[in-house]
Amino acid sequence: MTMSTRDAYGHVLETEIYKNPDVVVVDADIASSTRAEKFKNKAPERFFNVGISEQDLMGTAAGLAAVGKIPLAGSYALFTERGLEITRNSICLPNLNVKIIVSHGGLTIGSDGATHQAIEDIALMRSLPNLSVIVPSDAWETEEAVKAAVAHKGPVYIRLGKDAVPDIHPAGSTFQWGKGQILRDGIDVALIGTGRMTAAALSAADQLRQDGLEAMVINMPTIKPIDADLIEYAARKTGHIVTAEEGTVLGGLGSAVAETLVRRYPVRQEFIGVQDTFGESGSSEDLLKKYGLTAEDIAAAARRILA
Amino acid sequence: MTNEELARRSTAVREYVVKMLAAAGAGHPGGSLSIVEILQVLYGEFMHVRPQEPHWPGRDRLILSKGHAAPALYATLMMHGFFPEEELWNLRKCGAMLQGVPDMNRTPGIDMSTGSLGQGLSAGNGMALGARLDHAGWRTYVICGDGEIEEGIIWEAAMTSAHFKLDNLTLIIDHNKLQLSGASEEVMNIMPIADKFRDFHWHTITINGHDFDEIRAALKEAGETKGMPTVIIAETIKGKGVDFMENKAAWHNKTLDAAETKKALEELEGES
Repeated sequence: MTMSTRDAYGHVLETEIYKNPDVVVVDADIASSTRAEKFKNKAPERFFNVGISEQDLMGTAAGLAAVGKIPLAGSYALFTERGLEITRNSICLPNLNVKIIVSHGGLTIGSDGATHQAIEDIALMRSLPNLSVIVPSDAWETEEAVKAAVAHKGPVYIRLGKDAVPDIHPAGSTFQWGKGQILRDGIDVALIGTGRMTAAALSAADQLRQDGLEAMVINMPTIKPIDADLIEYAARKTGHIVTAEEGTVLGGLGSAVAETLVRRYPVRQEFIGVQDTFGESGSSEDLLKKYGLTAEDIAAAARRILA
Repeated sequence: MTNEELARRSTAVREYVVKMLAAAGAGHPGGSLSIVEILQVLYGEFMHVRPQEPHWPGRDRLILSKGHAAPALYATLMMHGFFPEEELWNLRKCGAMLQGVPDMNRTPGIDMSTGSLGQGLSAGNGMALGARLDHAGWRTYVICGDGEIEEGIIWEAAMTSAHFKLDNLTLIIDHNKLQLSGASEEVMNIMPIADKFRDFHWHTITINGHDFDEIRAALKEAGETKGMPTVIIAETIKGKGVDFMENKAAWHNKTLDAAETKKALEELEGES
């Protein structure tokens, strides 16, 4: 089945998370779209809409965390960036227990265009000390990540998406903090995806098999802390890495993987992502194609470094 | 406390501030000296805290949103027994308990890390909402600078405080009328402060921020005001208590040299 990761967030809020009396949700008047309103329906007294004010959103969440609450705070990924310095100084620096959970990450946010497309959020958030960064790939992983984030002590950033995405996890999967998963084994190249791009990587592996190439596919939900051991394992086994993310290639998953490889086991790497440019209006399908974020693009990148 | 005791403590805090800044070789004397009386009344009479149990959940919270005035708060906390006097002399040194601006994870008695202007009121709202959820009686106090209210987040937060009718929150604005580059009214006219907050549905009280009776009465009135947050606009003198610093913007972040330190301490010792 397919479901958006934001819908999965709404689902886990109304089925499980609301039962924790310490959890509060702080919203900047966008909960109907982020699906945080599912919490409001269950625990209205623990739901606070501060209005269209993302700096105040982050600051209010910091104060709630400072007195023992577990605030889930967020807007669209892009607008949450407006509160970046508050996130830095009032949440990450004091290491407060705020869970920043945002929707509409990446290019595929509807057709509003570049002002609404957060392509840099992963890079920005990854650079903040104390903050963990998670980009779930499907509905199941979203629910597990949100539950794990609430159980985790310290600030967490979870980036969700608007579009429905396919389930890519086999039954019996487990979510482990800071760990990636090998979804498909292979010896020629390792495709490492995060968010919706892991599904594209799986399709790319199918395409590569037609060329006689066996691609390993790794899902990397946690960009920080990054699963350095798994990255090294994949590099040693395949000697070729392609990373795929729905965001700028400057500072995101690809960079985190490259930083690991350079230190531990340098191999060739290709970076699928937004190539240092802003987005624009368009359907998800058209945008993914235009900005080079399809399974075909991932397969082509793999062929390039294998050639 | 008697006003005499509060005055004695205020002078002692001022002496500590001057000595700390001299030892640190950097810091913000002007805005530290303007909030001394306010801090003495708060910690002497209003703040329910347990210095030996600084994380006691039932304590009142104070957020020094104008975090650069930390030396005055540090000296006050030390005098109330939160940490030993020798910590004061490590202010701003690498690895010290006392950072240039307040750090809640390093310093007992600091309830919120601050220093980047504007962020304390939002955090105070979060604390006040948390207290209300828990049906807890403790209060949240936030101290802002007057120049600080030029930050946009202050007005986002001011709407939030009033919208949620946070009568368990008190904002104190240190209206010393000067900021780094000069008179606030000339840099960016913040006046009229009280009218702005009244328009935002706050209860407002304007006082002389160096008069113990007026500070005491205002804090009491804030505690008794129901259904809306209270802002106390404290008219103060930047650099208060040291004649050559008073009302001089240059002393916002100027370091005292040895001669200035001696002169300031002689003046303060003359008062005590």
